[in-house]
Amino acid sequence: MSYRDLKYGRTADMLLRMDGIFLPIACVVSAGWIDPSLGMIVAVWLGAWWVNAWIASYDMSITRLAAPVLFGATLLVLWEMAVRLYNIPSVILPAPSAIAARMAASPDILWADLVQTVFKGALSGYLIGCGAAVLTAIAIDRSPFLQRGLLPVGNFVAALPIVGVAPIMVMWFNFGWESKAAVVVIMIFFPMLVNTVEGLKATEAMQRDLMKTYSAGYWQTLFKLRLPAAMPFIFNGLKITTTLALIGAIVAEFFGSPVLGMGFRISTSIGLLELELVWAEIVVAAVVGSMFYGGVALLERMVTFWHPSQRG
Amino acid sequence: MRNLGPILTVVAAIVVIWYAGAVGLNAAWSKDQAARAGVELSFGEMVSQTLSQDRPKLPAPHQVAVELWQSTWVEETQGRRGLVRSGSLSNRSLVYHGWLTLSATLLGFAIGTGAGVLLAVGIVYNRAMDMSVMPWAIASQTIPILAIAPMIIVVLNSIGISGLLPKAIISAYLSFFPVVVGMVKGLRSPDAMQLDLLRTYSASGGQAFWKLRLPASMPYFFASLKVAIAASLVGAIVGELPVQQGGLGARLLAGSYYGQTAQIWAALFAAAALAAVLVGIVGVIQRRTLTRMGMAR
Repeated sequence: MSYRDLKYGRTADMLLRMDGIFLPIACVVSAGWIDPSLGMIVAVWLGAWWVNAWIASYDMSITRLAAPVLFGATLLVLWEMAVRLYNIPSVILPAPSAIAARMAASPDILWADLVQTVFKGALSGYLIGCGAAVLTAIAIDRSPFLQRGLLPVGNFVAALPIVGVAPIMVMWFNFGWESKAAVVVIMIFFPMLVNTVEGLKATEAMQRDLMKTYSAGYWQTLFKLRLPAAMPFIFNGLKITTTLALIGAIVAEFFGSPVLGMGFRISTSIGLLELELVWAEIVVAAVVGSMFYGGVALLERMVTFWHPSQRG
Repeated sequence: MRNLGPILTVVAAIVVIWYAGAVGLNAAWSKDQAARAGVELSFGEMVSQTLSQDRPKLPAPHQVAVELWQSTWVEETQGRRGLVRSGSLSNRSLVYHGWLTLSATLLGFAIGTGAGVLLAVGIVYNRAMDMSVMPWAIASQTIPILAIAPMIIVVLNSIGISGLLPKAIISAYLSFFPVVVGMVKGLRSPDAMQLDLLRTYSASGGQAFWKLRLPASMPYFFASLKVAIAASLVGAIVGELPVQQGGLGARLLAGSYYGQTAQIWAALFAAAALAAVLVGIVGVIQRRTLTRMGMAR
């Protein structure tokens, strides 16, 4: 065995034995050797990951919360570091601090856009669409023939790129929020319909027989048994469609809108190279989207408290 | 095939409603024209006029069908820039634009699915990753990701990346999260009994993955693939809106700028057909694979 073999053999051995500490340090050193800034970024990443791995080895409610929060914070820090250390121009990627500053500086613009897009466009479309879908489901409830026809068509339509109707709706209902609401209605109608029809089938023969022994009529059975039993399915649809509603309202604004609205602001701010404002709108959209979903999920907990998935 | 009758009935009802809507929405323009010309329209004349306008508010189904035929077969076989005369696809035909969209969709779908499966494997095997990444993957499903699409396109365009890749990135991003969530569920679907059995065989971690977890995840995998490919297509179409370089999304926007309603509807139907074919192909692969694996329901 030559000296060289010995030397490299030992290095490899050391690498294997000390990989717990050695490998991360080696990564940092080699990255720092290529570029000092990259070394710092890698060091922060590995340090945060090490802390996270340590946190994750305990299973408590606090660690369940801390791990994702720490991960998100790490990403933000890395983003900020990358932008500052490499002097990335803000027209390509603004730093999180710049985005936060922009959000603090122009809350009135963000609020006006939020009202226009979410409260007027998405929410009204969401209510109309969900209401229409549930009523349609109840209307075709008595006709198995229509159900067998509508369900495959509904499933098919749910997979189509319906956002494409946006230009048509803008043409019909003009630039205001009405056209956005119309896009949202069309987008969410079929997913909601399919879920509701499924839900109305969710009762067991035994339960329906019980209602019959009480000599309950169709409507009594519907309101006292079948609609409550359908609630988990209906809420599943309601949750899926929250995201669709926001997407529909924002994308429809790309095809024409009055001079406010989140989609409008995003598309025009890109043209003006105000990327901070674009990111601020995206942050608002993300927060509102999560809150919308969270609100429906909370409502679901209250309405379907009896369902096994909520009691677990 | 038991459902064929009901489905056809529903489709026929939709077509009838469509014709009625076309007459209703286009009637105003026809009446206006007639009033200007000083002629009185009978009901029959009005109906026939509303169904044959050049720029109707709502084109009748047959007008859309004609436009689809014109912009695919006729354009390619007889058009000056068509396939037959020039040897390459015409940039005025839906075949060309559909192909642009399809290629971005497929590239993005492949990237997104691959990355999603890898991340899911990481999440299942690494506790720290599970606890820190998984909540974000779930939360990201409630966020209107599509809103970022135009920004990604424009920013990538400004640093010199244009064409297929930016659209594919959006497609990949949209198809990524459904695959992650579905695959994590699938890889975790083997129950403790099955995992214990493998332990009694003294199977290694790799063997447990290849022989139990991966096969068990297939139903979940295909279910999320169906969602992912539809999302990819939507991503590609929306990605074509900000920068007009062809594709079905560009056709939609161009049609809405110039009031060419038939063109919008034709592009929409081409997109719908594309979505149906893609989801259908995934469905066929799903059925074949699951049948061979003995997992088909």
